[in-house]
Amino acid sequence: MGPTPARFSRPPRIVTHVASEPPVLELRGITKQFPGVLANDHIDFDLRRGEVHALLGENGAGKSTLMNVLYGLYHPDEGEIRIDGEVVRMGSPQEAIARGIGMVHQHFMLIPVMSVAENIVLGVEPRHDVVLLDYKAARDRVRDLASSFDFAIDPDALVHDITVGQQQRVEILKALYRKADILILDEPTAVLTPQETGELFGILRSLQQEGMSIVFITHKLNEVLEIADRITVLRRGKTVETLPARGATEEGLARLMVGREVLLTVDKPAASPGDVLLQVEGLHVRDDRGLEKVRDVSLDVRAGEIVAIAGVDGNGQTELIDALTGLRKSESGRVVLAGSDVTRESAKAHFEQGLGHIPQDRQHRGLVLDFSIAENIALHDFRKPPDSRFGWLFPGRLVESARRLIKEFDVRGGNPQTYASALSGGNQQKVILAREINRDPRVLIAAQPTRGLDVGAIEFVHRRLVEERDEGRGVLLVSLELEEVISLADRILVIYEGEIVGEFPPTATEEELGVAMTGGGRQGGGA
Amino acid sequence: MTTVMQKGLLPPEEPDSTGALGRYLLLQKAGGLIAPLLTAALAFLIGGVVVFATTKSIPDTLQTYRAIFDGAGLDWFLPWNTCTDPCTPAIKLQQTLLVWVPLVLTGIAVAFAFRCGLFNIGGQGQYLAGAIVAVIVAAELPLHVDLAPVPLVLLCMLAAMGAAAGLAAVAGFLKATVGAHEVITTIMLNWTVIWVGTYLFGFEGPLQNDQAKEIPASNTIDDGSKLTQAGVWGHPDLQGLPWISLGVAIASLVVYSLLLNRTTLGFQVRAVGYNPEAARYGGISVARSYVLAMGIAGSFAGLAGALDVLGWKFRLDTTDFAGSIGFIGIAVALLGRNTALGIGLAALLFAALQTGTSTRNLDPEIFPPELATPLTIIIQGLIVLFVGADIVILLLLRRLRRRQVSAAA
Repeated sequence: MGPTPARFSRPPRIVTHVASEPPVLELRGITKQFPGVLANDHIDFDLRRGEVHALLGENGAGKSTLMNVLYGLYHPDEGEIRIDGEVVRMGSPQEAIARGIGMVHQHFMLIPVMSVAENIVLGVEPRHDVVLLDYKAARDRVRDLASSFDFAIDPDALVHDITVGQQQRVEILKALYRKADILILDEPTAVLTPQETGELFGILRSLQQEGMSIVFITHKLNEVLEIADRITVLRRGKTVETLPARGATEEGLARLMVGREVLLTVDKPAASPGDVLLQVEGLHVRDDRGLEKVRDVSLDVRAGEIVAIAGVDGNGQTELIDALTGLRKSESGRVVLAGSDVTRESAKAHFEQGLGHIPQDRQHRGLVLDFSIAENIALHDFRKPPDSRFGWLFPGRLVESARRLIKEFDVRGGNPQTYASALSGGNQQKVILAREINRDPRVLIAAQPTRGLDVGAIEFVHRRLVEERDEGRGVLLVSLELEEVISLADRILVIYEGEIVGEFPPTATEEELGVAMTGGGRQGGGA
Repeated sequence: MTTVMQKGLLPPEEPDSTGALGRYLLLQKAGGLIAPLLTAALAFLIGGVVVFATTKSIPDTLQTYRAIFDGAGLDWFLPWNTCTDPCTPAIKLQQTLLVWVPLVLTGIAVAFAFRCGLFNIGGQGQYLAGAIVAVIVAAELPLHVDLAPVPLVLLCMLAAMGAAAGLAAVAGFLKATVGAHEVITTIMLNWTVIWVGTYLFGFEGPLQNDQAKEIPASNTIDDGSKLTQAGVWGHPDLQGLPWISLGVAIASLVVYSLLLNRTTLGFQVRAVGYNPEAARYGGISVARSYVLAMGIAGSFAGLAGALDVLGWKFRLDTTDFAGSIGFIGIAVALLGRNTALGIGLAALLFAALQTGTSTRNLDPEIFPPELATPLTIIIQGLIVLFVGADIVILLLLRRLRRRQVSAAA
């Protein structure tokens, strides 16, 4: 039933890259067609024992489809999968697991109210009396397993009490518990802080020492160069190239991914800040549970500058943005937008007063996915001419203005009548940008504007934000990506536990910001 | 990578639908006309098993369905059917159309709320509120004020719509302010209306019939407020029909469609229905939308009540409160996919079924009349069940299509 304890005392394998040894995994000519899209077009991929092989590509390049084929979630239309040289058929994830493949999804598949040990053994529980969970055995096995890989984790902790980084370790342990020797990690760093990412890479290296073969799916170039041995780049469903990580450069990889030259650094002239457009004084905000999430925040954003708020997720950024955009009432303090006090005003009043808001969650807040592009663009102004008059809507005019903006913002994959849900993430974000910028706002609040976007789309968003700054708008950027903060901002504010704990120039290093973000540089000895 | 692909089970070009409901709505969109047709066909097929169990032969089963068709008066449309006086098919067809009118309107009442993300189970209560107010205005007001027929009828309709709108808006208000679920509140309001009506028109009730104290009913409405205008409009065979009601129902379908798709109010309602969070972000008051959408939905149901009273009931009996027009409206909206055309057609199906299987209209030589009513309810139930299960049908369709694609490859 459960795995045998022998598994845990496996001697470390000696990692050798002998050319004659067959790869542990080979994908040959994998083709997967979805209606209208060739997601995988004769993709070849091989994984050697003990290597970290990065699968790099933009959104929609076919990375996840390929891994889902491998994991038995999809059946390929053509092509074959070989494990240790033997052709296999992956009918279901169960078969994949039985063949030693473990997958860690980006969105964890854990049950929050159950303990770490229970989550790990779920489905292959040690039992006594046939049906009852033998919790003690489960805990012991998990503890043995964790210590054999040097994971610091408490088997009795409940999943919802542990950090995201630890939850990810639980996912990895789940795969190891099921005797995986091929581990697929799907965008594993998307949810991690820089520190946690470092820890994850440490774990991956030690697994590699143990002879584990790892597929690392990502679109982040710096990570690929840091962790991978080899890199396979996919573009539009095809293998572009497989190359060793040694000697590769970010610029070269970006070119392979996108198919053209990409500017990775934001090229921007010095800011020339003007009048204060957004002024926040002593703001306090509580979340839905009544906990104070924003504490005494004061900040200014001037015309023609980008002010960035850096911080680890969950330090009050969401509540701060909500309060600044009229979507949440603040406890106390003052928000002055372009000269008028909007502290107690509605979201609509904020928009009327010249606020543009690119929300952090574009699918749940920024767009009505079942609306067309044209309707989404009209979301703030549908009550006003030319969109409507006396309550009568003119869909033709909505379509006309959408057509113009689609062209101006290079939204691809749809016409004005296309549902927003049919667009890729990058194009959805372009629709939001088009809507917010077209309203000619004085202040633009951009919350994680490039989250989940690929290199090409990130370049577009960054360029556009700098352009808007140069047009004389005040831009407030809230981002979890330090690289983005450093490359875009003219001033950086660090938020920690709801307080602004420091201001940095754009010349600050990631390390300096990282320390401040975790409370290390807190001024005034608050903690 | 987009979150879509991470979810693993959806192919990447399919939009990220937020959860099961989103996927369901997406599939519904993809299903178009075929799925509702299949749904109805499947219900009739399985209903056929029940009929077969009674008649014990396949020809008789087919005969029974033919009898239901004839019972609904739909054979009146067949060009080769000649009609003698009295024209039975025409009489039956009139009954079907009489049921069609309130089904369309209560269907709209459910559909409009649904487009705002609200499940209006209160169609029955709103219908009855409209009927009660209409009967009071039409029966009592002319005793005190002398009014011409046209203003009297308009006043009745407006009063009925206002009362039903107010009633439904209560549920919207409770949802908007304290988060009380509209399913619970509308059901409770249904009972409130039923008992208010029973109190008003029941024995010793303040508005019980003046002439006949032995029946628990309201007064009969004033002649000037009756909508049957024999000889004025319409086909000579169908003179028993309140043509105005029919016109109002059709106009309501047009209004429903325009309101939803061509007005800022409809835009607002749809935005809230699809994604309240995005609507709020867009500057739309979600709370106000809930109250408005429920109010408008209720007014359609109230109009249904008024048309029934003014068109053919002429007075309300306490047994009327046990009806189920408002509930069938839910099935109409579901089967009609909340579109104007769909509601019109689905209402016709349910109306025909209701009339065609009624004890009066179903040919007793073909199907035992005692079993006619259970048969109606069985088929209705099956349709509702399959409407709820049409995701299964859509998935089957999709799989079938895929198999064809791979067979062709």
